[in-house]
Amino acid sequence: MSAATTGIPAATTAGAAAPTDRPRRPRRSDRGRQEARLGLLLCAPAVLVLVAVVGYPILQAVWDSLYSYKLTNPDARRFVGLENYALILSDPIWWQALWVTVLITVVTVVVELVLGFALALVMNNALGSLRPALRTAILIPYAIITVVSAFAFRFMFDITSGFVNTWLPFVPDDLDWFASFGTAVTVISISEIWKTTPFISLLLLSGLAQVPGELQEAAKVDGATWWQRMRRVTIPNMKAAIMVALLFRTLDAFRIFDNIFIMTNGAAGTESVSFLAYRQTIQRLEIGIGSAVSVLLTVCVALIALLFVKGFKVNLAASTRAGR
Amino acid sequence: MRRPTALLALALVAPLAACASAESGPPTIAWYVNPDSGGSARIAEQCTEESDGAYVLTTTLQPRDAPGQREQLVRRLAAGDTSIDLMSIDPPFIPEFANAGFLAPVPDEVAEVVTQDVAEGAVEGASFGGELVTVPFWANTQLLWYRKSVAEAAGLDMSQPVTWEQIIQAAADQGVTVAVQGTRAESLTVWVNALVTSAGGEILQNPDEEDPQAVVPDLDTDAGRTAAQIIADLSAAGVGGPQLSNADEDINASMFEGDSAGFMVNWPFVWQRAKSAVEAGTLDQAVLDDYGWAMYPQSVAGEPARPPYGGVNLGVSAFSEHPDLAFQAAQCIVDPQKQAEFYLSDGNPPGSLVAFDEPEVQEAFPMADLIKESLQNAAPRPQTPFYNEVSTSLQRTWHPPRSVSPDSSPSRAEDLIVDVLQGRALL
Repeated sequence: MSAATTGIPAATTAGAAAPTDRPRRPRRSDRGRQEARLGLLLCAPAVLVLVAVVGYPILQAVWDSLYSYKLTNPDARRFVGLENYALILSDPIWWQALWVTVLITVVTVVVELVLGFALALVMNNALGSLRPALRTAILIPYAIITVVSAFAFRFMFDITSGFVNTWLPFVPDDLDWFASFGTAVTVISISEIWKTTPFISLLLLSGLAQVPGELQEAAKVDGATWWQRMRRVTIPNMKAAIMVALLFRTLDAFRIFDNIFIMTNGAAGTESVSFLAYRQTIQRLEIGIGSAVSVLLTVCVALIALLFVKGFKVNLAASTRAGR
Repeated sequence: MRRPTALLALALVAPLAACASAESGPPTIAWYVNPDSGGSARIAEQCTEESDGAYVLTTTLQPRDAPGQREQLVRRLAAGDTSIDLMSIDPPFIPEFANAGFLAPVPDEVAEVVTQDVAEGAVEGASFGGELVTVPFWANTQLLWYRKSVAEAAGLDMSQPVTWEQIIQAAADQGVTVAVQGTRAESLTVWVNALVTSAGGEILQNPDEEDPQAVVPDLDTDAGRTAAQIIADLSAAGVGGPQLSNADEDINASMFEGDSAGFMVNWPFVWQRAKSAVEAGTLDQAVLDDYGWAMYPQSVAGEPARPPYGGVNLGVSAFSEHPDLAFQAAQCIVDPQKQAEFYLSDGNPPGSLVAFDEPEVQEAFPMADLIKESLQNAAPRPQTPFYNEVSTSLQRTWHPPRSVSPDSSPSRAEDLIVDVLQGRALL
């Protein structure tokens, strides 16, 4: 809308009165502007690629989610607006899957954070010559493909091929771990924790390395105990690293699929949100409903990210500048 | 600089040259096969040779389980993939393929040849809407396997038809198991369908219906309730084994090789498996000698059982560039002699009844005549284009076996099938 059509004097809209209202950002020099433009140009290819490989599929999924569309019957495709979303949100299966996903996410991330922190401390304090070997050993589970580790845990806990029932004294020999919800989710979570704790510990290790040594020494000189130094010096100084580790793992855990697919195939009430999306899209070929589930999953993931960034009150960009 | 440039040029041109040479030879017919012990690949070689240069038949493996095979084929066919010519398809998915227009029509002269001397169930399973849409290949059915020693101790006369009630009772008395497929997978649908059809019912009233809104389930009936009662009884009697809710055909087969084995319903591969185990020295010959087989158990005493029907049929893709040659190859594959060899090498029973009469087959499979009879009585799963939805709804409402009840499971399954097909529920 132009100034002429709104009837507001052009000078006002151009910001002539603005300086009196609020402080203005410092004016950039010509060189600064050129540098900013160069920066944008340099980013542009990466942004374009991202838009092509991330933005386009997301938009396509949002578009498809507004249709009733079955892959084997494309002629019957019709626009249904938000009906798919209403169907999903009113179905108890969605809420059950969401509850399972949240449960697995919270349990695994909390346990991984504690274990990962302990492992990071071990790695950080290990003797110089031992450190590389220790780091590699701790990282091995993370290098294993999730499907492979899921099969390994499935066979370990299986009644016929597994050894867990005979090894654990308090477990009856004929306990079928995958027959009921509690035991099945326990095995799924153990597998998840075993595989991804190394990832979280590696991120925390980098955080530990950033804690200034002089602060630790000063605290030591002042007579602070190990626990006091941990609480007052180490942890506050690695807040950004903890947040990054938690955020990455939470987003990852929320999309859990492989372990459930291999171990229970969704039986015993263990379906997660990703599994629900798979079942609608790939098994039922209901592209519309499946896309709607995927969009809801994306929204959940975005909300989690927002919650973390706001909740931790850590400015990652600022902390990297400070670290330089 | 010259040499790398020349190498680069060669690298770019070489694949083109390969393409040119491939095009000049006979056309390649790509057959998507189910994993087996190498029988399909051998047949493909033979047919290539017999075609006298008309085509080269190649094989590509599909995923291991039937739903995985369906997912892969459907996704690719929906995208109009021309690289699939011929595919091995599990019978329950054939209506969905046919309804979606993924299958090339079977020429009349081919249909006439490939249905000669073929078990009725196999022809039915290869058709949709009264028309043959695929070529029947091998057919499969489940038998009741029992330990002779257990049946004898329980006083069961296995030369006469037995009921589920009898074998559950006998197993409970003898402290042995009845191995059934209680896992939440396709095999559970196979079991439920056999129980319902043996009790004189059907899962759907109108499986041919092409409008999902108009499909009517038929489970909340006497037959449906009888089926649910059998599952509830088996679970309550505790004879299904500790792994009942996760037991599939393989778990059942190993249960039946164990000490607590009594009875089992399963496909005939278990015989071949036990024989191989004896040869490998992991199973006693005495155990194999104790294996007995009989017709599938009756749901209702006096009413003949309708055993499960399985197997594989050959479909020609509607997007194939050489449908004529693909049908020619299909005819070669299903030749009774090759089916008999396939049975001997891979243990998959032939759809052709003539193949059962081969002397080697009779010798290697002492239960061949029973399989032939069982195939004639077998009932297919509902032949509906919405089979995946129907089967998955059934699995969701009839699993785990300990939760099945004649009062609620049939009606819950009916409600879910209708809701899913009318787009009112997730699956």
